[in-house]
Amino acid sequence: MSASDARQMQGPEKPRKKNIFFYLRRDKYLYLLLLPPMVYFLIFKYGPMYGITVAFKEYNIFKGIGASEWVGLEYFREVFRMKEFYRVLRNTLLLNGVDLLFSFPAPILLALLLTELNSKWFKRLSQTVLYLPHFISWVVIGGIMYQLLSPDSGYVNILIRALGGSSVPFLTERVHWVASYVLIGVWQSMGWGSILYLASITNIPPELYEAAMIDGASRLQQIRHVTLPCIRPTIVTMLILNVGKMMTIGFERPYTIGNTLVREVSDVISTFVYRVGLQSSNYSLATAVGLFQSVIGLVLILSTNYISQKLGDDGIW
Amino acid sequence: MKKTASWYLKNTILYGVMVILILACLLPFIHVVALSFSSNRAVTSREVFLWPVEWNLSAYRQVMGDASMVRSLWFTILLTVLYTVICMAMTIMAAYPLSKSRLKGRRLFMGLIIFTMYFSGGMIPDYLLVSGLGLVNSIWALILPGAVNAFNLIILRTYFMNSVPGELEESASLDGLNDIGILIRIVLPLSLPIIATLSLFYAVNRWNGFQDAVFYINDQAKYPLPLKIYNIIFNNSRPELLMTSGADATPVPGDGLKGASIVFSTLPILVLYPWLQKYFVSGVMVGAVKA
Repeated sequence: MSASDARQMQGPEKPRKKNIFFYLRRDKYLYLLLLPPMVYFLIFKYGPMYGITVAFKEYNIFKGIGASEWVGLEYFREVFRMKEFYRVLRNTLLLNGVDLLFSFPAPILLALLLTELNSKWFKRLSQTVLYLPHFISWVVIGGIMYQLLSPDSGYVNILIRALGGSSVPFLTERVHWVASYVLIGVWQSMGWGSILYLASITNIPPELYEAAMIDGASRLQQIRHVTLPCIRPTIVTMLILNVGKMMTIGFERPYTIGNTLVREVSDVISTFVYRVGLQSSNYSLATAVGLFQSVIGLVLILSTNYISQKLGDDGIW
Repeated sequence: MKKTASWYLKNTILYGVMVILILACLLPFIHVVALSFSSNRAVTSREVFLWPVEWNLSAYRQVMGDASMVRSLWFTILLTVLYTVICMAMTIMAAYPLSKSRLKGRRLFMGLIIFTMYFSGGMIPDYLLVSGLGLVNSIWALILPGAVNAFNLIILRTYFMNSVPGELEESASLDGLNDIGILIRIVLPLSLPIIATLSLFYAVNRWNGFQDAVFYINDQAKYPLPLKIYNIIFNNSRPELLMTSGADATPVPGDGLKGASIVFSTLPILVLYPWLQKYFVSGVMVGAVKA
């Protein structure tokens, strides 16, 4: 340490600077409260990050993570050689993409419709009913849909046949399955998703509509020139968030709606990792797939976040 | 407003679309309820649509008579209560200190928490941790790994910062209350609505969730309801699940029985939902302010 450094440390700043123990003592109860949750985060959120090393090791259950041998990128090479991996990657992107196309605009349209309703009680009734599917577990949704959409015994197909059509293999043929998967998603999330847009529409100053009406704008023109521009920041934010989540796919929805007949399109990263890792005990391989997904996902989210911050409140258009 | 022809046209289309959407949300549930109250014969011959045919309760008798089902119900109730209480306690304990700008290291702690929203170990490292801690087949495997939701934590922290008047806390502190006393005596009583909302979020997630049960629970006695229902519903349509359904599995369940199981497991939510809906919505609003 040089003499000038030492002088600086003893300099006039020192008496004012309180050391860490001062704050620990002053806020001891706050730190005490914070301790269990922080320990929780360290064990249950950061602990598994150590487990990621399994992707670079020949994991042996008996040796444990630490003592298993390092194999470098061996498992990643294996992953990238697997045909199945590209299939689940494609399916994940495909299902998320089609979902974005339909599940994203649906709540916006619904919010626009809901604001047009003059009748208060009817609006409240619609909201109550349309939010409901959000609170139902995927197991139950899957169960109900399998009953309703089954080719011969499902009521939807009974109706289609009664109207002179022929049975539609909603959940057993690939293209139909993708459509059903997406529609079920729209059905489940549309109502709940509209809350955000409704809130944002409620915040629009009424004067804007009055001015538009004086200018002779019809309701549709008001939506186009007042409502939509006003909720654009919300739409852009949600869009960016959704694009950031393109690589991430939940487990429960594809697991309950998928079946062996359509595995070619219904198998996604999460179900694949489950099958390879937990069912076939191929831990290292499955961890490598999971890590690949997390890293790409992180990059996507960070870059979309960055873009949204760059654009600020009024970007894109 | 003038009621012109176009006004009538617009409203007919508008209300028409809304009615269709409402029916699309309601009819599937009504259909399943109708199936569950109908006779086996009527169900198999496809006579049931929205109203039960040949009313009977045999499907429900079968569900209630299944000891493992009732056990699952009690297990799920216990699980949901424990989970909600622990999650809420942990969330409050984290959110309160982190809402104080005087807390040294606050940015570091928030950073550590927010990072976990973007990046996680993943399914297999999570599993290795849970099994390493000896929690497989334990109720704690369904509680501890999800014991704090970072998003709920941020919602609560925002609420503490914006909606609890700082002067009240200061005067309480002058009266000699320490931080924990202030939290319990002043802050929490002022935050009951948001605490109700977040508790409901935790409770509904736990009641409906089954992904972690698929991963961590093999012991049928500890199946939460959704996993139990999953095995009943997909028993005959998914051969690979027959193996996990055990030796004393009931014969291939009909749609009536499936319907009854669905109603059985969803009933608490369907009954409570209309009364609790406003809490859910207000929670989303608070969250939206942040997001």
